[in-house]
Amino acid sequence: MRIPGGLIDRSKPISFRFDGHQMSGYAGDTLASALIANRVRLVGRSFKYHRPRGILTAGSEEPNALVQIDQPGGQSTPNTRATVQELYEGLSARSQNRFPSLAFDLAAVNDFAAPMLSAGFYYKTFMWPRAFWEKLYEPLIRRAAGIGALSGKPDEDAYEKAWAFCDVLVIGAGPAGLMAALAAGRAGADVILADEDVRPGGRLLSEREEVGGSAATDWVAGVVAELEALPNVRIMTRTSVAGAYDGGTYAALERVSLHLGEPGDLPRECFWRIVAKRAVLAAGALERGIAFPSNDRPGVMMAGAVRCYLNRYAAVPGRRAVIFANNDGARRTAADLKAAGFEVAAVIDVRPDSSAVADGPVYRGAQVTGTEGRHGLTKVSFRHEGALHEVTADLLAVSGGWNPSVHLTCHMGGRPVWNPDLAAFLPKEGAIPGMIVCGAAAGVFSTAGCLSDGAAKGAEAASGLGFTAPAPEIPEAEDAAYALKPFWIVEGKGRAWLDFANDVTAKDVRLAAQENYAGVEHMKRYTTQGMAPDQGKNSNVAALAILADATGRGIEGTGTTTFRPPYSPVSIAALGAGGLHKGFAPERFTTSHTAGAERGAPMIEAGLWYRPGYFPRPGERNWRDSCNREVGYVRNAVGICDVSTLGKIDIQGTDAAAFLDLVYANTFSTLKPGRVRYGLMLREDGHVMDDGTTACLGPDHYLMTTTTAAAGEVMRHLDFARQAFCAGRDIHIASVTEHWAQFAVAGPKSRPLLDTLLDAPVDPETFPFMGCGEVSVSGVAARLFRISFSGEHAYEIAVPARYGEALYRDLVGRAETLGGGAYGMEALNVLRIEKGLITHAEIHGRITAGDIGMGRMVSAKKDCIGKAASQRPGMREGPEAGREELVGLRPLNAKHEIASGAHLFREGHPAVREHSEGYVTSCCWSPTLQSHIGLAFLREGRGRHGSRVRMKDHLRGLDTLCEVVDPVFFDKDGGRARG
Amino acid sequence: MRITCPHCGERDRREFYYSGAEDYLHRPGEGAEPAAWDAYLHLRDNPAGVTRDLWHHSLGCGAWLVVTRNTVTHAVLGVETVEKEQDQ
Repeated sequence: MRIPGGLIDRSKPISFRFDGHQMSGYAGDTLASALIANRVRLVGRSFKYHRPRGILTAGSEEPNALVQIDQPGGQSTPNTRATVQELYEGLSARSQNRFPSLAFDLAAVNDFAAPMLSAGFYYKTFMWPRAFWEKLYEPLIRRAAGIGALSGKPDEDAYEKAWAFCDVLVIGAGPAGLMAALAAGRAGADVILADEDVRPGGRLLSEREEVGGSAATDWVAGVVAELEALPNVRIMTRTSVAGAYDGGTYAALERVSLHLGEPGDLPRECFWRIVAKRAVLAAGALERGIAFPSNDRPGVMMAGAVRCYLNRYAAVPGRRAVIFANNDGARRTAADLKAAGFEVAAVIDVRPDSSAVADGPVYRGAQVTGTEGRHGLTKVSFRHEGALHEVTADLLAVSGGWNPSVHLTCHMGGRPVWNPDLAAFLPKEGAIPGMIVCGAAAGVFSTAGCLSDGAAKGAEAASGLGFTAPAPEIPEAEDAAYALKPFWIVEGKGRAWLDFANDVTAKDVRLAAQENYAGVEHMKRYTTQGMAPDQGKNSNVAALAILADATGRGIEGTGTTTFRPPYSPVSIAALGAGGLHKGFAPERFTTSHTAGAERGAPMIEAGLWYRPGYFPRPGERNWRDSCNREVGYVRNAVGICDVSTLGKIDIQGTDAAAFLDLVYANTFSTLKPGRVRYGLMLREDGHVMDDGTTACLGPDHYLMTTTTAAAGEVMRHLDFARQAFCAGRDIHIASVTEHWAQFAVAGPKSRPLLDTLLDAPVDPETFPFMGCGEVSVSGVAARLFRISFSGEHAYEIAVPARYGEALYRDLVGRAETLGGGAYGMEALNVLRIEKGLITHAEIHGRITAGDIGMGRMVSAKKDCIGKAASQRPGMREGPEAGREELVGLRPLNAKHEIASGAHLFREGHPAVREHSEGYVTSCCWSPTLQSHIGLAFLREGRGRHGSRVRMKDHLRGLDTLCEVVDPVFFDKDGGRARG
Repeated sequence: MRITCPHCGERDRREFYYSGAEDYLHRPGEGAEPAAWDAYLHLRDNPAGVTRDLWHHSLGCGAWLVVTRNTVTHAVLGVETVEKEQDQ
């Protein structure tokens, strides 16, 4: 039912469905106001007892009206607050927590078992027998728990995140917030005005009052028009500021398209991080209830919400109303109802001395003692002057006063302060650096007070940043005193509810106190008070008032539970916006990626890089067939492999050589231009960080390579070493990984291949093993390095990345004519294991230079990072340390498998942890040796070459007897690489 | 949390990599006693109050910074580049 007026657009009717029933509303409606206009009172069932529940509030604090919204694509969003959800054409909502239907719910039987389900029920009941927990209790609880249901489908909808920056963030666009924004905006500050509502105005949209001599909504429209015209003011509606963080950072959730039936390309929500030099909190206040028996019946509504539905939405929540209050403000509800033509059956005011004047019969010093009505209110009973009365009514408007919305002021550890005059918690001053609180959030409850306080605080925020302007004129407005008598609960038979969402009663709170869960945080957890999606916004203060009474400590001594972000629910999808699929792990492709993919190479992820595993050929049964063939290319002809993913760091300057001496364990200051040296890098704690080659390209010019995995870490380390230990020295470092495409050309025919490719043949004098220099490829300046990660005569050729793909295709083509071709990561791995060359499988963070047989590389002639620690007892090479050392493993039977991660034991020893003497780090089938082989760390392993160990892999069920050998399996003297 | 990089200005902490206490700047000289190295590598204060630690502007200019901040209030009290600290 509708009355005239309101802020809805009657020219735009909207049809929607609730639990399958077709209904209609108007643009400007929320789902809740439309349901009320359609005379729907019962909207859901409560969490624990499945009690019938109706709409209680008109805002984001709603505990009852949580519904499931079905989207066209099969997605479904549970726990949507009907009081926040705007109506759109075709909206389909379902009630939650009921089966089979809202009116007839089987689990409502829980309500009859309520005496057994009191606070602490879970703790007391499901304790024993212990064996029942996993099999019986937990599945039972899991099925019964939770409100609403997920669709079970992945959420593929679009969400966004964004940053915003401003001088002054005004949170809340009610009378205080609007004036604050106006004052700061006129002064020239860059202002963001954020409000969770669809339109600015706050309470002014819901009250019948005048501001500056005209209707409050007209005044709001005028201020909004001025703010919109100011280029330095941004108004963000549908945006809830959810959290306050260090450094003036605020989290906010914008509902971008949740109000649209056809959102098109718009994201559903946007998660904002707003960085503000100053903030003005004008978040208003939330009305709180009074606990009385059966106060949770549909038809019982907050008085302020009744006025909101009547005045803003022209929707009628009831035609014969009772008002129950402890304050003057709520008495306006009677006037509004009367003005709309409805009957006020009784105004029940707990204060004996309250005004007797109202638009209906007033009962002073009276209390509501109960309600009736199965699915909605039909009757209210109350006690007045010792006598019990009953009135028929379909609406009971309740107000226990207002709680300032102090939530955001508590997000950095600040505790609100109890104000006995207002019977409310007020924000602690300075709790959030840079935040000022004004209006109802600061306990200023009249409209006039909010207007002037907002103007003052907005100007204060701006002038703190150096922006000044004459203060805006304060229009005339409602200026009544906040007259209230603290009143929390009507004593009597029957359950008096506090937390409607979690079914917590006043009795539960007292029980908690009685059972010594008397601290406010303990009471919260014992009863679940305030732990539902609404976080007890309109019930927490009443609950702790009752706790304070039960413990005799008073509210001040009881304190509040901790307010934590978010203020209102934030979807995980919005928090993680952009983090799905490639957003979570971006892809890095080499220049040869397309060419590799064309050859059908399956890609292996190496960090963010994608590298070809192998290049399958027709007739090959599996990856190992391909790998064996590719190993053969390198051992017998020539293979081509993209090695661009290795980190490349350009180091220049007159102090560059000294710098390399500091960061590498071995010496680089003796390296001559045109030469390359293998380098071992230690962490300051003496363990190996990374290894790679560094080439001297010219005087004071070096190119360092790192492993693919550690490229970022090494760059950071070099930055630190240079800035912390070489300040003021002439050293310049730049990562050039992406600037160069680099390819290994490996195998006995590598030089003949290059001779056909390069503009001049490879000069063996310029390019001995570990030589480097400039070459020219079809006129393109390139770098050639004679280095080998395969043990063969090999080169790496580097060209600017833009030539990478062309060069790769050319190289592979030439290799194929020579009986070789492309090889992938699998073959690369086999080739290096056959040569005992290490990767991060070996240098895994707990390894010293000595462990990998490079102890003597730590130069005695100079200092280096990690040197001191590497010389500690226990870190040095030698039998006294008893360290695990790198060895090779060959199975006695060549066909027996070796597995990475498997542990090593002495023959005859039990294969249990206590007897482990080492572990395998790398393994492969070696086509060259026609045997499985492995690299391993074995206790004092270098002295055990020729002996046997037992490799046991409990996971894979492998038990292989191996011979301990030198880690270099193939071409031990290195003649092939040097030749 | 916001850190004002001397090169880039005020930025969100997500642009920075956190390393640890500034102790790491005071590297013992060659030949220092093992106890000095032990202290350098491992012994750290855990103050409730003002602390100085190292941050790398890894998604910015690459500068290593000494950030002075209060672990109780989370206030950032000062930022200086490591290079400048060490040059003095």
